[in-house]
Formats: sequence, C-alpha cells, structure tokens
Amino acid sequence: MSSTAIQIISRSKYYNWLVKNLFSSWVNTILTVIALIFVYQVGSFFLNWAIFDADFRYNFQGELIIDRGFCSKNIMPGEYGACWAIIFARWNQFMYGLYPIEEAWRVNLIYALLPLAIIGILFDKIPFRRYFIYFTFIFPFLAYFMLYGGPGLSVVGTNKWGGLLVTLFLGVTGIGLAFPLSILLALGRRSKMPIIKSLCVVFIEFIRGVPLITLLFTANVMLPLFLPDGVNPDNLLRALVAVTLFQSAYMAEAIRGGLQAIPRGQVEAAQSLGLSYWQTTRKIVLPQALKIAIPPIVNTCIGLFKDTSLVLIIGLFDLLGIGRAALADMTWTKLYYEVYVFISLVFFIFCFGMSRYSLYLEKKLKTDNS
Amino acid sequence: MQTNFFRKIIFDEKSRSLLIQTLVIGLFALFIYLITQQTAYNLEKRGISSGFDFLHISAGYDISIRLIPFTSEDTHLRAYFVGLLNTLMIAVCGCFLATIIGFLVGIIRLSSNWLFRNIAYVYVEFTRNVPVLVQIILYYSILLNLPKIKQAIVIFDNFYLTNRGFFSPSPIFKDGFSIVAWSLVIAIIFTFFLKRFLKKKQEETGKQYPTFMINSAIIIFTPIIFYYIMGMPLEFDSPVLKGFNFKGGMVIRPEFLGMLFGLSIYTAAFISETVRSGIISVSKGQREASQALGLKSNFIMRLIIIPQALRVIIPPLTSQYLNLTKNSSLGIAIGYADLVHGFGGISLNQTGRAIEIMMMVMLTYLTISLTISFFMNLYNKSVQFKGNA
Repeated sequence: MSSTAIQIISRSKYYNWLVKNLFSSWVNTILTVIALIFVYQVGSFFLNWAIFDADFRYNFQGELIIDRGFCSKNIMPGEYGACWAIIFARWNQFMYGLYPIEEAWRVNLIYALLPLAIIGILFDKIPFRRYFIYFTFIFPFLAYFMLYGGPGLSVVGTNKWGGLLVTLFLGVTGIGLAFPLSILLALGRRSKMPIIKSLCVVFIEFIRGVPLITLLFTANVMLPLFLPDGVNPDNLLRALVAVTLFQSAYMAEAIRGGLQAIPRGQVEAAQSLGLSYWQTTRKIVLPQALKIAIPPIVNTCIGLFKDTSLVLIIGLFDLLGIGRAALADMTWTKLYYEVYVFISLVFFIFCFGMSRYSLYLEKKLKTDNS
Repeated sequence: MQTNFFRKIIFDEKSRSLLIQTLVIGLFALFIYLITQQTAYNLEKRGISSGFDFLHISAGYDISIRLIPFTSEDTHLRAYFVGLLNTLMIAVCGCFLATIIGFLVGIIRLSSNWLFRNIAYVYVEFTRNVPVLVQIILYYSILLNLPKIKQAIVIFDNFYLTNRGFFSPSPIFKDGFSIVAWSLVIAIIFTFFLKRFLKKKQEETGKQYPTFMINSAIIIFTPIIFYYIMGMPLEFDSPVLKGFNFKGGMVIRPEFLGMLFGLSIYTAAFISETVRSGIISVSKGQREASQALGLKSNFIMRLIIIPQALRVIIPPLTSQYLNLTKNSSLGIAIGYADLVHGFGGISLNQTGRAIEIMMMVMLTYLTISLTISFFMNLYNKSVQFKGNA
C-alpha cells in the first residue's frame, strides 16, 4: 500500500473512531474481539430462534398452526426455533382479555384515543394544546362509558377485562388518580401544622416501607371487611385502590423533591405581595416545583407500570396473567419462552418509551434553565 | 364580639391552623371509628373470630425451603419465622449478588471500549424496563426446563444441575471445626486493629505499609493453619443418584435460584446506573490533580475516586436494597416460601385471620425497611464530607 493511501485512511473519520473506541491498546483489542464473538453468538442464536427458524402463523410445512403439535420445533426437535403461533392464537385475549369480541371495537377506540388524551400533557409546544388538555379531562368519562358500557352500549363487567386493557387501565388510572393525591401529600408533608405533617409522613413512609403485594392482598381481603353491606367493589377496583395509594406515596416523594428545590425567596416574595397560602402554592410554587419534579415523577410511573403485573397474584388477568392462562391450556403448554418474551417486549416498549421521554425532558429542562 | 371571634379564627394564622388540625384529627378519628365498627360488625356477621391465639395452633402444611426445622405439626408462629428467615435469606443473597453485578456493569458502562460499553447498556435497558415479576417467572421456567435428574448436567464431578435444583456436596463439620471458625473471626478482628495501628504508624513516620496484603494474608492463612492443626475437621458429603432422586449432599431449589437471578439481575441494572453516575460525578480535576501528585492509577481509584463516588452512590443504593427486599415478596408467584407465600398466603387461608396476619406481615416488612435504612444512613454518614455541613 502506498504511503498516501495510508495517510488517507489514517485521516479518515471512521478509522480514527475505530482506533479510539475499539483498538486503542492491545488489551482493548482483545476485549473487542471477545465482545464481537459474544455479540455474534448471542445475536445469531437469538435471531435464529426468534425470527429465521421460527414459526409464525404457519409451520415450515405450510400448515396453519392450531395447537402446539403443529409447531415445527415439536415435529423436528432441535431444528427449529420459536413458535409464535400461540401469540396469534391468543391475540384477542392478550389485547382485551375476555371482553366480548364483537364489542372489542370499543376497546380499540379507547386505545386509539389514549395517545390524544395524554399528548397535551406530555408536550407543551404542540398546536391547539388547549383543546388536547380539554380532551384529557373528558377522556376518563368517555373511557369509562365506552369500556364499561351504559345507555346505548351493553355493559361489560370488569371481570371480563383482561390483558393489555387491565395493564393499561391500572397504569393510566392509577397514575391519574394518584397525581392530585400525591400533590396534597407532598404539600402536607411540608406543612407547618404538626398533625397534618405527621399524618402525611406516616402514610408515605408506611406505604413506601411495605411491598405492593401486601397492599394488594390487604385491599383484596380486607376492603370488603371495612365497607358496609352492599358496597362491594369488584377485584379490579380493589386493585386500583391499592395501586393508587401505592403510587401516590412514591409520587409525593418525587414532588417533595421539586418543592424543596424552590428557593425560599419565591414564597417570601409571593407572601409579601399579599398572596394567600393557596394562591402562593397554586400560582408560584407548584408550577415551578412540578416542572423540576417531572423526570422523577415519570420514573415512578415507569415503576408503577411494571408493578401492575403483580395483580396476577390476586387473580386478575393482566398481560402476564393472560400469558400464564395461555400456558395452562393443554393445547399450548410449554411455549414459555415465546409467551414471556412477548410480554417482556410489550412492557419494554412502554417503559423504554417512558424512560426516553424522561431523558428528553431532562435535556429540555437543562437548556431551559441555563 | 361575636364577629371578632370568627375574624380571629379565619384570619389569624395560629388559631386557623389549630382549627384545621382539630378538624383533621376529628375526621380521622371518626374515619377510624367507623371502619373499626364496620369491621367488627362484618367479622361477627361472617363468624370470623379474631385475636392472635391462632399463632399457637399447628400449621398443617409443609414448607420445602427452610433454614430451621419445620414440619406440618409446628405452629403458625414457627411458620412465620421460617418465612421471615427465607425472606431475609433471599434479600441478603440478592443484595450481595446485585451489588457485584451492578458495580461490574456500572464500571463497564464507563469503559473506553465502545462495544463493551454498549453491551452493558443493552443489558441495563432490557432488564430494567421489563417487570421483575416477568423476569422471575421467565428465569424460573428456564430452570424448570433443565434436564431431568437422570440426565443431569454434571459440573466438576460432584455438582449436578437439574430441573429439581442445583445439587452440590454438603459440608460435614466434625469436632474442632468451631475452633477453625473462631480463628477466622479472631483473625478478622485482629486485622481491624492492625489496620488502625499501621495507619497511625504511617501518619507518624510517613512510611507506607502494605496493609491490604498483610491483612489478606492473615485472614486467609489463619483458618488454614488451624484447619490442619485440628486435623482437617471437615468432610464433604456428595450427592449420589439413587432411584429417582439424589441422596446426600445439599440442594438449592429452582425457586430460590429463580428468585435470586430475577431479583439480582433486575436490581443490578439500577445499581449499575447509580454506580455510573456516582463515578461520573467526581470531577475530572480530582483525577488530574492526583495524577499531577504522582499517584499510581490504582491508588487514584481507591483513594480519590471511589471515596468521593460513594457519597453519591450510597443513598440511591440504599433505596435499591430496600426495593430488592420488598420485591422478594414476589416469591409467591413461583412458590418460593417467603413470608408472604407461607405465612401471608397459606396460613391466612387456613385460619382466615386476614387482619392480624396482614398486619404482622406489613409490620415485619416495615421493620426490615427501617432497619436497612437506619444502617445505611449510619454508613452514609461515615462516608460523607466531614465538618462540611
């Protein structure tokens, strides 16, 4: 190779990047080679299993898969990978649970409207944001009417709800209900009134000190004992109570962090202008505190969304519950990896999306403040 | 006069806050009163008796994973302690493993090698964005799909990996082993004082001693010497295949391994992030200044970077330990006999004392949480800036 060619290569951006990041020393070069082998092994194994050697709706002989006996890997063990047919066969259950299939359009409509309902909260520079916010406030009532039923629509009891519907319902409603509650708790914890303060502290620390599963058990077993006859909330509602209380304690701590970051001067200035406590809080403190607290709030929301999978233990059929029910079916049993990988992927998409959003906000806040 | 009184209540801050608090406490008391009344009524109507006397009746169920002996004739109280010990065992093992994996991954995330760094990144994103329960169940089903006992995977001749768990030789302690154990304890205490002494000496004379090497040697060799002096009082009982199961040795059940992997792999992702941000938080100038002073690179890491990074790492690490401990309650999903599964699940179903049992379980977790945060706060205080409040 001529010397000019070497010069050109050594000057090239890619070459420099490679040397700096992968081959800077002989130790690094060995590490790179090991890592490459590792990535190749794991990657090719997974891709072959999940895509190239996998059955989707039809097996490798072209037959429609109707039970696990048709999976290529059961016909020719060791030659083929995943059998995703279980996901297709159970698709409706994963999405709607036991919701009557002729009514599933109602759930689909709510799934489609959900992004519209939250987009106004997530982004502050979209056109017509005000109307989106109005829609956010109408949405819960609309969703309740569409999902549960009412005049003009047949009633679908929550015992028929399941799959992604329950996961999203608990996640979104839990967060929505916990938000106002958590603001009150956070303010209460910083209140100067000792009784209110200690009530809030005890509540928050108690909830944060026990596992969610014990709260779910308590709500499930004990709520009926606490309530008068005739008032008998169904399982989903009981879980919702537990989830909301749980989330409000965690969110309150995130908001308290935001409140603590507001300089005292802000409150003092507002007071010297003659604003009352609630005016100061609503117009001066909260708008600033919430803005700072959004990234940690989003993190608690990710946590809650993942924790909704726990309702399986009290007998609700969320995404994971439906997955386990599918595996309990004799025609499909033993396809563990397919089911759990699929569920993981669904959760990953939602949670990763939320964490990206939180990063975006952090970046935005940094530029806003400087 | 009358209007004055109301004016005072509404506009005077002190009396107004008194009024609000009286109202709140009144409402709260009323709320508690109504709930207790209603609960008492409901309990009576359903014929559920209450009280803690059930703790002394025999439990009537068996617990397969236990640290202390337990049979179905033992009491519910004993079942509680078996569950508590199992919870503590998984929490301690999980925290230990999660810390190791977390620190490793956190350091790899800062590696200068692009590929290594990004493998760690992919690991972190994939594990922390999938619910821990899904992971526990996934790892558990992988463990259950291992070969049957007849086709066990053999590791180093005496270890067997099967779908019934991990079989390994169990130690048999003979007379005199306690002396070996005590020699280890004494060696550790001794090195602690030796370290202080050598540090003092170093401050007086300026001469450096290889403290770490000396202490490691003492801790490793003292028990070995005593082991041979006492005539090797330790034997191993290897598992042997007899019929359909292994005889002898000990077994780690797949329930425990599933919990351990699920909890530690999940929590490690979070720990690695706190480790990474802790190390990043130490300013570049610190490293450059210590290089300018001529410190060797492992001294820079040990004496300059890590002590400062720990200040940032400890508080979030504490909350990760707390989370792991609380998540250990998910054992119920795969049948790991922890506090919630045995006592909070089976005992509750058998006795119907929901309120008492949930109360005990919750208070136990609360105590564990508060204890962990108490000790971690103590440790945190010891690593914070001194006299810099």
